[in-house]
Amino acid sequence: MLEILGLLADGFTVVFELQNLLLIIGGCALGLFIGAMPGLGSVNGVAILLPLTFLVPPTGAIIFLAAIYYGAMYGGAISSIMLGIPGASTAVATTFDGRPLAKKGLADLALTGAAFASFIGGTIAVILFTFFAPPLAHVALVFGAPEEFALMMLAFATFVGLGNDDIFKTLFSICIGLVLSAVGFDIISGEPRLVLWDIVGFMHGVNFLVLAIGIYGIGEMLWTVEEHCLGGGKSMLSDATVTVKRTLNNIKLLAKTWKATITGSLLGYFVGILPAAGATPGSLMAYGIAKQMSKEPEKFGDGALEGVCAPEAANNAASTGSMLPMLTLGIPGSPTTAILLGGMVIWGLEPGPRLFVDHGDFVWGLIASLYAANVFALLINIAFIPVFIKILKTPFTILAPVIFVLCLIGGYAPTQDMHDVWLMLAFGIVGYLMRKLDYPLAPAVLAIVLGPLAEPALRQSLIISDGSFSIFFDRTYSGPIIVVAIVLLFLPLFKIGYNKYRSLKA
Amino acid sequence: MTVRTAELLMAIMMGIFSIYLMYKSAELPIGWVEDEGPGGGAWPFWLSGIMLISCFGIIYNWYRKKGRIASSKKIYIQSHVLTEVGAVAASLIITVALFSFIGIYGALPLFLLFYLRVLGKHPWFFSITFAIVTPIIIFYFFEITLKIILPKGITEPLFIPLYKMFL
Repeated sequence: MLEILGLLADGFTVVFELQNLLLIIGGCALGLFIGAMPGLGSVNGVAILLPLTFLVPPTGAIIFLAAIYYGAMYGGAISSIMLGIPGASTAVATTFDGRPLAKKGLADLALTGAAFASFIGGTIAVILFTFFAPPLAHVALVFGAPEEFALMMLAFATFVGLGNDDIFKTLFSICIGLVLSAVGFDIISGEPRLVLWDIVGFMHGVNFLVLAIGIYGIGEMLWTVEEHCLGGGKSMLSDATVTVKRTLNNIKLLAKTWKATITGSLLGYFVGILPAAGATPGSLMAYGIAKQMSKEPEKFGDGALEGVCAPEAANNAASTGSMLPMLTLGIPGSPTTAILLGGMVIWGLEPGPRLFVDHGDFVWGLIASLYAANVFALLINIAFIPVFIKILKTPFTILAPVIFVLCLIGGYAPTQDMHDVWLMLAFGIVGYLMRKLDYPLAPAVLAIVLGPLAEPALRQSLIISDGSFSIFFDRTYSGPIIVVAIVLLFLPLFKIGYNKYRSLKA
Repeated sequence: MTVRTAELLMAIMMGIFSIYLMYKSAELPIGWVEDEGPGGGAWPFWLSGIMLISCFGIIYNWYRKKGRIASSKKIYIQSHVLTEVGAVAASLIITVALFSFIGIYGALPLFLLFYLRVLGKHPWFFSITFAIVTPIIIFYFFEITLKIILPKGITEPLFIPLYKMFL
């Protein structure tokens, strides 16, 4: 306990370096902006901006990106409330009651509520994180190749079992991500592998950023272009009156929502840890539970403050929660953390439990930065509410070309090869067409990041066991993990069977 | 084309792609190699196999009309969406194609001008200013600060004095 506090204090010394402090503030502000713009969420921001972070050392880079992640969770609420359009998918539940509040002229109450709930959610989660992470990493230190592979299977199985998407499409998405990660060279024999259509550019593999920017940059923007030409409203912007007196009064009203906020925080944190779940289902579940717990559930949907606080607390808590498996086990808990993990590999940090031992300053700097990011995001959010509302009036036709330009350069920068820009464009367009058919694409991004780690883990395990898959079931830790993964994989089948049984009984 | 038809076409195309990936993976050994463990092609081969099976699954669900997409009679890409999204996608493809010829600093202003003026219908003055200022910021940030040299095509000689000044 004392040791953890000591390490955390060391982390704070990293955070309070001027450069890092500026990166946190800049990241929070940028994240707020990205979150507030409809169509852009944390994952888009982190994917598009990751190539820009080559400028600073890894600790600064991840602190910056984590602050964007965090800020976006706060920012999503702004357009949910002011426009009635979720700024990011994580803020969908915030529209249910945030929008009615804004229509009643209480937009400032909803915005303040969202900001404070986000702060409380984020803070509770980061405290839990501080005390959960080191023991988990410690346990994970004994993990070998079979355990690592079992954990990755668990991450993929959660997408199939809990993802709520079409099972075949989810499986397809996972496998294509893994196969794309295998393009280039076979790591063991050193021979060229999967050089598609014998194009030389594929020899250096498919960089995860090319897929991530393709899908979350180009594809997402094409999607937003479509939504906007189908009548994305600019005139629906509500007005918010912000005065010091009203804000103080709002804070008093907020005190009554503590139960919903704290429940949302805890729920969000634990849902966030699961790879397939993340912040969106976490916030929707928190909304549902807040409604069930409320003494006046009939007010939900008509402007209940708890209906804003619970999901906002949950999405911030979930974003912190999703970093727990990323830092301790090397398994990302959300698409955004998958991209962060890919970034860590680029920066030369090997993800996994050894990170706590080998790069303690990096890990604790990041954890401490989450505390600081929470405070800054809250302050920036409260202080600049009117500015963010003005920014929301920026026409999409100015923002879109800027983002496209950033994507094109972002696709070129890491490898400086035009082949990658073409590939990114192709991923973007095909991804957009697939998304229109409900193919989930987040699993593919997670898979392309985990692929280069999963394949050697599997091959090493099989070499140890001389080709027998029983190695995954025999070992103390990998056994239970792989069993849970298999159960999750077959969960959709159980569900179908159970539903049939019920309908037969009825 | 309806969403239902698009669903089938996509599954068939992805199925064919999976077979191609299996074929390419099989260039390396896909089975057990004595003293080496699984062959280099095994991992992508069997995963591509799962992709192929998933495509069959999607086609089976399409045949049973199971799910929102497989039974949808809606138009896959409506004509006005095709115009808007098509224009954006085409302008991106042309821009990237131009990177190798007139360089990023020739192609980006054209792209920005097209997007702002033609698609966004912003005033000429604003569009031109924006199309000129953005590449300058990009040059400053990427080439000078990050030292990432962006493609310049035939405009390369024009940048030599700038390189001398800043790099």
